[in-house]
Amino acid sequence: MKLSKIADILGAEVLCGKDHLDNDVEYAFSSDLMSDVLTYVNKRTLLLTGLTNAQVIRTAEMIDIAGVLFVRNKKLGDDILKLATEDDILVMRTCHTMYTASGILYCAGLKGLSIGRS
Amino acid sequence: MDNNSSAINYTFSIEKNDFSRAGQASSKLKKILMQLGIDSTITRRAAIATYEAEMNIVIHSEGGAIIMQVNPELIAIYAEDRGPGIDDIELAMHEGYSTAPDWIREMGFGAGMGLSNMKRCSDYFNIDTKKGAYTKVTMKFLLQGGVVDKN
Repeated sequence: MKLSKIADILGAEVLCGKDHLDNDVEYAFSSDLMSDVLTYVNKRTLLLTGLTNAQVIRTAEMIDIAGVLFVRNKKLGDDILKLATEDDILVMRTCHTMYTASGILYCAGLKGLSIGRS
Repeated sequence: MDNNSSAINYTFSIEKNDFSRAGQASSKLKKILMQLGIDSTITRRAAIATYEAEMNIVIHSEGGAIIMQVNPELIAIYAEDRGPGIDDIELAMHEGYSTAPDWIREMGFGAGMGLSNMKRCSDYFNIDTKKGAYTKVTMKFLLQGGVVDKN
């Protein structure tokens, strides 16, 4: 699914990294816990989070994330967007909650990652 | 450390509790590996493991350094801090065990996944600690045809 389509169906505002909107992504991972993101994300993935600190972008950079979607219409500090711009990472923001945004994307065909445990 | 004359060495100083700058060293290190043309999968594994190590130094230690050596066979990462050391390494390696304070958890870290994730990402992992003195983590990532010497 193209990142531009994800932005469309969630009514998301694209805050930086617009050059990546034409890229495809197959998986999404929703978490406010970056420790889990670092452990479980092993494919090109869209990260949904409500956590707003610079370590979200650092984490995204390390795992080669396809894009970061901030949920719950979170206000983002300048440091986050500055870092994301420097690292050329696509950042979007939606008014939906994490549950609703995840549900909408899942129904639209974006897959969840398997973490290998039941 | 490897005494390989063809190795490139980089050292990054890491400050305790400096959460705003945490990750800078790993970011620079990752960019260096990309510039060197290292395979993207290996670069990603090394970046994740180094970032976990860097966060541990920031969160748990009195400060320290991350040293990276790259030679044609492997990437070696040495994450060393000035204490306070780990009480029980076996327990610390257990997924979910953490001594991180609440403010770190609120920042999205301290879930007790770091050490096991470092081990999972690396081809060779060793941790050495002395109570009240230091913790030294060694991680190696093999490049094509590389062999881990375990030193």
